[in-house]
Amino acid sequence: MPKSQPLIELREVTKSYDSPEGRTTPLKEVSAVIPPESVIALMGPSGTGKSTLFRLLNRLEDPDHGSITYKGKPLSEWDPILLRREVHYVFQSAVLFPKTVADNLNYPLKLQGKSMSEEEMARLLERVGLSKSYLTRSIEKLSGGEKQRVHLARSLSLNPHVLLLDEPTASLDPESTERIEQEMRCYREKGHTVLWITHQPEQARRIADQVWHLESGHLRQEEMKR
Amino acid sequence: MTWTATVTTLGFILISMFVSLWLRLKLERDLIIGTIRATIQLISIGYVLHFIFTSNHWYWIGLVLLVMITVASQNAAARGKGIPWIFCRIFLTIFIVAGFTLLMMLFLHLIQAKPQVLIPISGMIVGNSMVVSSLVLNQMRQQAEQMREDILVALSLGATSRQASMRLTREAIRSGTIPIVDSLKTVGLVQLPGMMTGLIIAGTNPIEAVRYQLLIMFSFTASATLTSILMGLFVYPTLFNRAHQFIGWRGKTDK
Repeated sequence: MPKSQPLIELREVTKSYDSPEGRTTPLKEVSAVIPPESVIALMGPSGTGKSTLFRLLNRLEDPDHGSITYKGKPLSEWDPILLRREVHYVFQSAVLFPKTVADNLNYPLKLQGKSMSEEEMARLLERVGLSKSYLTRSIEKLSGGEKQRVHLARSLSLNPHVLLLDEPTASLDPESTERIEQEMRCYREKGHTVLWITHQPEQARRIADQVWHLESGHLRQEEMKR
Repeated sequence: MTWTATVTTLGFILISMFVSLWLRLKLERDLIIGTIRATIQLISIGYVLHFIFTSNHWYWIGLVLLVMITVASQNAAARGKGIPWIFCRIFLTIFIVAGFTLLMMLFLHLIQAKPQVLIPISGMIVGNSMVVSSLVLNQMRQQAEQMREDILVALSLGATSRQASMRLTREAIRSGTIPIVDSLKTVGLVQLPGMMTGLIIAGTNPIEAVRYQLLIMFSFTASATLTSILMGLFVYPTLFNRAHQFIGWRGKTDK
């Protein structure tokens, strides 16, 4: 895909929710363009629609108004299953399935009736800074940081074109954080696109080509100088 | 048992009334209503059964079965508020389960094809299926809430709605079959089943009564499993829309 063309385009996207406390609108007529082969840091106070935006891009939900296109085609025209493998959302909380790390790494391919070799799984673990010995470990015995890294490695097994990362380093130590940041820079070099929710301005400066600020439902974009 | 003896059994209700008055439990009104309803309902069904047994026409059996399934479905549907067409889903489940179990029993010559046997056994199967349906619905409602994030993560990894809800459906099916499996382990040790006790009191040989009880319990196990599976399969698609988006249990506020 030519770099000049937008990979994802949002046009006046609005999303509201009804709750017992009343109606909230985390996204109000948000328009933006996500270029290919870029890293975008998404910032803003908690509850301002960052995760909502990811759910819309991953098509776990649809906008109330406005449109989102991926590779020039509206999301609603994509097969949702295929789209979610291409524009993939890595949740903030590390939700792992029973029983072992290997079961989790194999899960996305198993859904497609395929399987992954032990070597491929070991390579995935290596990318997030974990050794091959983790493959047989029960998920119950992993620390919070290890869970988060397995959670990310499982998503990498899909090799998605666009990665939507929701605070992927929130429970990691500085060394592991640096490793993941480095991995994502390499990922971008290979032609992929990354959207990364972070609350740390320094991290945004380290990783991103653009920083998006979401506040009160509105989006403000800031270009990073490199 | 004479009518005088039947009237004397009201003494047990009087004991409860006395306790309620003494401890100011304010249960007297409910006790009176309950007693009157139970008496009228049971005497009525007694006469209906007497009429059906003497007329011996298959269509009366069919009608009684339909009424039983309708009432059972209506009752269990209360647990599934928010699920579209829940009454029809439960009705279809119980209809299939009752039909399958009765046909198996007849096909294997375990019971005789006469109203005196078919109606009470159908009643027990339908009742059991109703309880299991309620259990499965309850469990699915809870699991849909508890496993929300697991389901969303599975969907985001490219799972279809069927794949994403696999664990939820399995848990619900398990919860529907656990009570009958547990009662299989303790029957005869902890409690004597009502039907067997009734047969023994009515003068049936205890060994004969046990054989009937085993038939009922084993068929209950099969019907509970089948009910759980059908309910799981009929209800999980309502938690998703066509775009494989998780909409959860409807009628609740979604975040």
